[in-house]
Amino acid sequence: MTTLDSSKEIQKNNSEVNETHEDFRMFGLITFLIADGMTFAGFFAAYLTYKAVNPLPDGAIYELELPIPTLNTILLLVSSATFHKAGKALLKDKNSDSQKWLFITAFLGIIFLICQLYEYFHLPFGLTDNLFASTFYALTGFHGLHVTLGTLMILIIAWQSRINGGRLTSQNMFPLEAVELYWHFVDGIWVILFIILYLL
Amino acid sequence: MTISIDPQKTNNESLQPKGWLRYFSFSLDHKVIGIQYLVCGFLFYLIGGTLASAIRIELASPMSDFMPRDVYNQVLTLHGTIMIFLWIVPVVNGAFGNYLIPFYVGARDMAFPRLNAVAFWLIPPSGLMLVASYFVEGAAQAGWTAYPPLSITTPQSGQIIWILSVLLLGGSSIFGGINFIATIIKLRRPGLKLMQLPMYCWAMLGTSLLVVLSTPVLAGTLILLSFDIIANTGFFNPVLGGNVVVYQHLFWFYSHPAVYIMVLPAFGLVSEILPVHARKPLFGYTTMVFSVMGIVVLGLVVWAHHMFTSGTPPWMRLFFTIATAFIAVPTGIKFFNWVATLWGGKISINSAMLFSCGFIINFVFGGITGVALAQVPFDIHVHDTYFVVAHFHYIVYGGTVFIIFSSIYHWFPKVTGKMLNEKLGILHFIITFIGFNLCFAPQHWLGLNGMPRRVAEYDPQFQFVNQISSLGALLMAISTIPFLINVFLSLRNGKDAGDNPWNALTPEWLTSSPPPVENWEGEAPLVEEPYGYGKEISEPK
Repeated sequence: MTTLDSSKEIQKNNSEVNETHEDFRMFGLITFLIADGMTFAGFFAAYLTYKAVNPLPDGAIYELELPIPTLNTILLLVSSATFHKAGKALLKDKNSDSQKWLFITAFLGIIFLICQLYEYFHLPFGLTDNLFASTFYALTGFHGLHVTLGTLMILIIAWQSRINGGRLTSQNMFPLEAVELYWHFVDGIWVILFIILYLL
Repeated sequence: MTISIDPQKTNNESLQPKGWLRYFSFSLDHKVIGIQYLVCGFLFYLIGGTLASAIRIELASPMSDFMPRDVYNQVLTLHGTIMIFLWIVPVVNGAFGNYLIPFYVGARDMAFPRLNAVAFWLIPPSGLMLVASYFVEGAAQAGWTAYPPLSITTPQSGQIIWILSVLLLGGSSIFGGINFIATIIKLRRPGLKLMQLPMYCWAMLGTSLLVVLSTPVLAGTLILLSFDIIANTGFFNPVLGGNVVVYQHLFWFYSHPAVYIMVLPAFGLVSEILPVHARKPLFGYTTMVFSVMGIVVLGLVVWAHHMFTSGTPPWMRLFFTIATAFIAVPTGIKFFNWVATLWGGKISINSAMLFSCGFIINFVFGGITGVALAQVPFDIHVHDTYFVVAHFHYIVYGGTVFIIFSSIYHWFPKVTGKMLNEKLGILHFIITFIGFNLCFAPQHWLGLNGMPRRVAEYDPQFQFVNQISSLGALLMAISTIPFLINVFLSLRNGKDAGDNPWNALTPEWLTSSPPPVENWEGEAPLVEEPYGYGKEISEPK
């Protein structure tokens, strides 16, 4: 086939042109986060509809305690700030500072998850008790899954920002920027979730 | 920030298998991936078509004598799911989108080639899983809509496999959508303006926006449904205090846009094919672009017209009726533009053109019944009857599948370098067109007279009309034979096509047939007037 025979030569020609193009990985990530946000939007819409039209049976327990989720909100907001610090440090080529801030962020994420589990184990209702309970666990669980993935990714980039042999440098910021955007997104979703689920 | 392309890395295509083997590999070449989508989709089309034939054989007699009722339910569920999620959506988006969009934007590949390959390779396993679920405990029986409580109470393993499979296919669709948006917005050749793009790019941009905005909602809904089935929660189970109407809202928030996901790319493809074979510029390019975007916006706010019998409050009925009627405006604009493109053109009657004209005729029927169905009093009368089946198939078969065949006839020379046989192609069109209309036109009458859909048995008074419909289905099945013969014969010893057999102006025809690995030898051409037929045009730069 002529295509395949000529392909090597073409590739050689093309590589001589030494093309460059804009980095659109961030654009792709933002599009993905919009899609991910729509999943949450679907869950929120379902929850609010249930709240409006589906009365719970008599005696159903649907009271939530506020202290732990408020602490969790603060934890996530602080972790967004520490992540931002990590980015700033990396930009100034202070890799060890950056790594320190990343570990702090991951630590805050882990504390968040532990608090969430503590709340789960001490709630007076289980997954199948009533519609409110099911929606509560579905929403917080789906968000918790996002936090778990985010924490794992933060640990990975923290490893990659090590001084000797790490591929995360001020010239290659993308992994950090991508995870940071994702983390802010998860954080923002939590704030909406906190307002809708706990405060309303 | 810019990325410089490392020649070492782009060269890794040379490590991949050559010849036909590359179609079974994790190839990153958008053209290979496009063909993978097309062939994989066509195989599933044959499976789905066999299931459709089984349905029509069953319905040739009023009693359920060809297969038991629960098998009938499984067959119709698999038919719907396979045709939508494994044939039409992957082919009309994935196959043609992957093949054509990089050419149209003047790029060497899609924006994210690896994501592209992942998106394709999610499809075969989930499709096989879906087909194989028949052998577990029976496949899903709740129809392609999987409405609870039916989907919760029918045998569970088949339904869970169905959910898992649709989730994977939805993921594939989202990855594809992200890739198309990034490619069209970000990867355009320098100097190529948005308003100079061929219409198919606009159609794919609109479609991908719909995919990205609505598919995740379906995914979330199906996750909740699977909790209802596996963990005994009560989101959609009225016995446990749940609400089935919430499922319907969330489901149709995806599945109405899904109709546009299936038909908008076909609008784009027909806008490419008509000007070439009528030798005239596409009529009303700007209005076409705004119509696509209008359909995208309106398409997101009409979903509840599927739910007029679900206890929908009056204000909702009013709003969704009006919004749905409004969609007829941009669709009508597009329709008149296609007719005006043909008007006074030098029309060549070939297979691609015939299938496109067949699309225009069928689509008018489907569109008119669609506007009728949006009216609440009429919809309540024909809801869940064969009228809906007829309307839907006029849109997706008479509309989209006709365009898929038209596109295959149009782009086969580019992809393979060989011409398809015109006589067999015209025979294929005639049998398909007659068979299709014979099969689905009588179903309007059946629906108006109250024959319910999705039931294996029916009132004996409908038998004669059902047999006409089954005869049409038989013709549609037969019509695949000349097509397959045509493809295999032409691949073996078809006429050489040359680079540009149709004298078309869009960029994919300005390279060799089949195109080289990175699409162009040297720089990509700048095509400022993709529809400049009949004008003095400058040579592409």
